Amino acid sequence: MRVVVDGVSVAIDDNPILNGVTLAVRSGGVTGLVGPNGSGKSTLLRCLYRALRPATGTVLIGPDEVWRSSARQVGRRVAVVTQDHDLDNDYSVRETVAMGRTPHQGLLDRESQADRDIARAALERVGMGWAGHRVFATLSGGERQRVLLARALTQQAPVLLLDEPTNHLDIGAQLELLELVRGLGLTTIAALHDLDHATAYCDQLVLLHRGRVIATGPPADVLSPDRVAAVFGVRGAIAPHPITGRPHFVTAPPA
Amino acid sequence: MPRTASPHLVSGAGFTVLVAVLTGGLGVAVAFAIGVGTVDVPVGEVVTVVWAHLFGGTDALDPLTDQIVWQFRAPRVLLAALAGGGLSLAGVCLQTLVRNPLADPYLFGVTAGASLGAVIALTAGAGVVAGLGVAGAAFAGALASLAAVFVLAQRGGRLVGTSLVLAGVAVAALGNAATSYLQLRANPAELRGVMFWLLGSVAGAGWPDLAAPAVATAVVVVWLFTRARPMNALSVGDDTAAGLGVNVHRLRILLLVASSLLTAAVVSAVGGIGFVGLIVPHAVRLVVGPDHRRVFPVSLVAGAVFLVLVDLVTRTVDRPNEMPVGIFTAALGAPFFLVLLRRRKRALR
Repeated sequence: MRVVVDGVSVAIDDNPILNGVTLAVRSGGVTGLVGPNGSGKSTLLRCLYRALRPATGTVLIGPDEVWRSSARQVGRRVAVVTQDHDLDNDYSVRETVAMGRTPHQGLLDRESQADRDIARAALERVGMGWAGHRVFATLSGGERQRVLLARALTQQAPVLLLDEPTNHLDIGAQLELLELVRGLGLTTIAALHDLDHATAYCDQLVLLHRGRVIATGPPADVLSPDRVAAVFGVRGAIAPHPITGRPHFVTAPPA
Repeated sequence: MPRTASPHLVSGAGFTVLVAVLTGGLGVAVAFAIGVGTVDVPVGEVVTVVWAHLFGGTDALDPLTDQIVWQFRAPRVLLAALAGGGLSLAGVCLQTLVRNPLADPYLFGVTAGASLGAVIALTAGAGVVAGLGVAGAAFAGALASLAAVFVLAQRGGRLVGTSLVLAGVAVAALGNAATSYLQLRANPAELRGVMFWLLGSVAGAGWPDLAAPAVATAVVVVWLFTRARPMNALSVGDDTAAGLGVNVHRLRILLLVASSLLTAAVVSAVGGIGFVGLIVPHAVRLVVGPDHRRVFPVSLVAGAVFLVLVDLVTRTVDRPNEMPVGIFTAALGAPFFLVLLRRRKRALR
């Protein structure tokens, strides 16, 4: 499903966060949102999943504008793994994943066998089928992210949004999660901090800086040495990976 | 691992059993509580009287027993049940809508506003406020404080959890300050009535006192049961809920209004019964887990049972004197709650 952002601006307490952001994401493939802290990655994502209403501009998910659709309609088209998940409650893993059916169920609908099957399949798919009976908050960080991914899959939405999904994960869990996401085949938009991960796992990058889109395109084009120096203040280069031979982004402190 | 395995103390078929047992327990507790008093009436006779009033045949009853059971005790026991259930539900709503475990009807200024209204009515003697009656003045005070919290907490028509807690605490402090001032100025005769009201009591309740809390609880219960799933989403995060297709701002405003009206209706009738709205939802979550589809029905019934039993204690512990309910909700509730909490920590380890 196509995602089109047109002229989106957001200000929070008169501080401009996004400034006329325009971009188009084709159906399928993984798009990485990259940029320094405070560049507007999370804010842009929040506009896409209807958590934040832009002051100006439009967001199209498929044919429909997000703020002209109901919250439920958007919930059936966009699933998101956020960073705000509260751990101060005892939801089991199964209950957590089952929440993904929320936008599909009517006010008085009970959980159907189909709902349960979808949730179980999603949990199996992320390799967490064994953990259904566990309390979500007691899992490790990597396991939690996989469960939240399973919840997003349970939404059966064609668009998947990830807000810094590898934050706080050890390196093994980071790569595992990104491999998993890559293999899903959904239209995926992920805010990523690690430019090497962005290079390795994304088909397309959108570079944000101070609330504006600086560049879009394949990772090798977007992360040119000049641009990386200007935006991130470091030296960067793409080199063949010594183990896999695939493009690999390396950095060094400024000269 | 079987498919039904769950980390919660009670799940699956056990949940149905729990609701059935609690509901049966409520019936027994109500019948027993009606029977106990200055004149004890055997449970069998209580059932006969209630049966006669519900299904006809009151002529055959002993007039004295009938009056004790139906006119004096039944309304107060049922009011205790309604208040317990209503305040517990309000507590569930408030804890979820601000995602703060300390939230309860007390914290949000609604009880403070009701108290101020009631105390003005109790001490003013005459005038506009006295004309409303204590319950009417309490309800007016609760609505005024809700409006104040709303105006203070909203930013561009939206409510944020933290601002809501802070606004609620501020309004409650203001209301309590004014109430304290009025208490100091009250004469000793009025003061006892004020203290009794502030700590809550169902003594002297008659059938008309039941109307407002009953209607409010019924309406809010029906509405809440359709919102259990979005509330689950809201209880893990605003952004998560938005991502799951929940209109977070609208849900939060509706929950605040619903739980405040419910609190106002209950508190106007029974006074400031604290702790029920805080403790019952937590205790229930420790047993059935946090899913609102389970928490709502169990909180409603468990809260009712709890307050019926507490009311029973308040009028039997020092017969023939009666104590305010608020003293015992805390004294009996807190130890029970702490035991449950320790169990939870062990289970999580």
